[in-house]
Amino acid sequence: MKEIRVLSPVGMLGYGFPAESFQKGLEKKPHVIAADAGSTDAGPHKLGAGVGIVSKEATKKDLTLMLTAGCENKIPVIIGSAGGSGAEIHLNWTLEIVKEITKEKNLHFKMALIHAEVEKDYLQKKLAQGKIKPLGPVPELTSKDIEEATRIVAVMGVHSHIKALEMGAEVIIAGRSNDPAMFAALPIKEGYDPGLALHMGKILECGAMASTPGTTSDCMMGYLREDYFIVEPTNPLRKCIPSTVAAHTLYEKSSPLHIIGPEGVVDVTGCKFEQYSERAVKVSGSKLKKSETINIKLEGASKVAYRTICIAGVRDPIMIKQIDECERHVRKTVLTYFNDTPPEDYRLIFHIYGKNGVMGELEPKKEITSHELCLILEVVAKDQELANTICAFARSTLMHYSYKGRIATAGNLAFPYAPSDIPTGAVYRFNIHHLVEVDDPDELFPIEMVEV
Amino acid sequence: MTNEVSIIDLVKVIRSKNAGPFELTFDIIFKDKETYEKVKKAKIITQELIAKLYHIPIDKVLYFVEFDPANAIKATIVRPVDSGSIGETDVYGAQQYAPLLEIKIPYGE
Repeated sequence: MKEIRVLSPVGMLGYGFPAESFQKGLEKKPHVIAADAGSTDAGPHKLGAGVGIVSKEATKKDLTLMLTAGCENKIPVIIGSAGGSGAEIHLNWTLEIVKEITKEKNLHFKMALIHAEVEKDYLQKKLAQGKIKPLGPVPELTSKDIEEATRIVAVMGVHSHIKALEMGAEVIIAGRSNDPAMFAALPIKEGYDPGLALHMGKILECGAMASTPGTTSDCMMGYLREDYFIVEPTNPLRKCIPSTVAAHTLYEKSSPLHIIGPEGVVDVTGCKFEQYSERAVKVSGSKLKKSETINIKLEGASKVAYRTICIAGVRDPIMIKQIDECERHVRKTVLTYFNDTPPEDYRLIFHIYGKNGVMGELEPKKEITSHELCLILEVVAKDQELANTICAFARSTLMHYSYKGRIATAGNLAFPYAPSDIPTGAVYRFNIHHLVEVDDPDELFPIEMVEV
Repeated sequence: MTNEVSIIDLVKVIRSKNAGPFELTFDIIFKDKETYEKVKKAKIITQELIAKLYHIPIDKVLYFVEFDPANAIKATIVRPVDSGSIGETDVYGAQQYAPLLEIKIPYGE
């Protein structure tokens, strides 16, 4: 029987996984070990500021297990979306960790670095040619957006990973990658059905999350055969059942019926999820509809402001009843006091936990029933100094505001920290979330072979 | 005789999460096929209901799909602000499902 086996040790490189589960996975003799190391989930700051989601030590710990096992057993290891956002700075950060590991463990292999950061000039040309279009509910891209972006990455599909494997890479450290790509690349290269391979990749990319009890911090094994695939957690304490795997097919996607990527659209409408053995689920029926043009997703982040926050508790029932009035008073006083500062240079935001802190404008419950509130006074401004200044003023105004019926005259706020005001630095936004049409994906994803 | 049943008693999973930085997606996964079919037939959970629960115009509900293989209903809305931008309250979008827990289903027998 034709079969290819893919081991996913962990849902996010650096989240950690049990060594025993990994060992059990290795005993099944996987053909490739792959992990996703990035996401846009943590917001635009990672891409904008060029920082990671997990710590260096945690990444090193996970990578050490993977690289050592890969070398010992001659199994290729593929890491996608390296360093969190997969830009140059993230790729280099990961490369340094790999170098440390190879030195300490005396490992040798052929490694491919696949770059994913995009040159602005290239995009300006593409924009002028009308080859860029919005992805989802975002406006048309402008030349200014490209200009303002701190960093822009393109999201690679299996194409680049396959190419690196063909060039003889034993380890691939790839920039921003479509989540299933690292898992689907080798199977598709070996001639397996791309629809099934990508669907299996979508299940594997979150580690053992599609099992019960589900977690991203444990290993999942995928077995791809001619016209179906099987997924099974390697830890005997977990199991896959059809509903957990079907449910994971929906996870983090707009539509449950389609898995969209650079290869095209995987239609899962006609999928069947069946119990295969006690802890394994069999999936069949996923079909790839190839797109006629090659459309690659772009992600860009731009710096929009600087932020300072102040966290404070309110326990006075007389004040809690008038919290909206207190907010209005602070806003008015700030506006008056800083009348020489253009109002568009800063924004004052009240997060009121106990009222609508979690849901903001989506919150349907209007009434406060809590005996205490947590306030976060947030100021975003055009520079850090202004954010600090306005936050301090807003905080002291609220601290000493004599609201109606006030009987406690020493101060209105309980600060858990000294200093009470915390500058958090630059604020970013995703200002590019678009598709670019290319003739050849290689123009976006240069591959560099490195001997380690 | 028709009883009203809380959706909490009928589901295995209710969750919300970002689907990319600009969309928020809700999954309602029912206990079993039978329950799922009953709820589908009751036609209570609709695109209109999602719009109403979140006080948004119906065109902000981008997708509304019943996914039989998972016994699931899924809806996707436009995020009030894009993930992590100024004014954000929930970067991952993981705590936006609470209004769904209020749904009551008229449930025969």
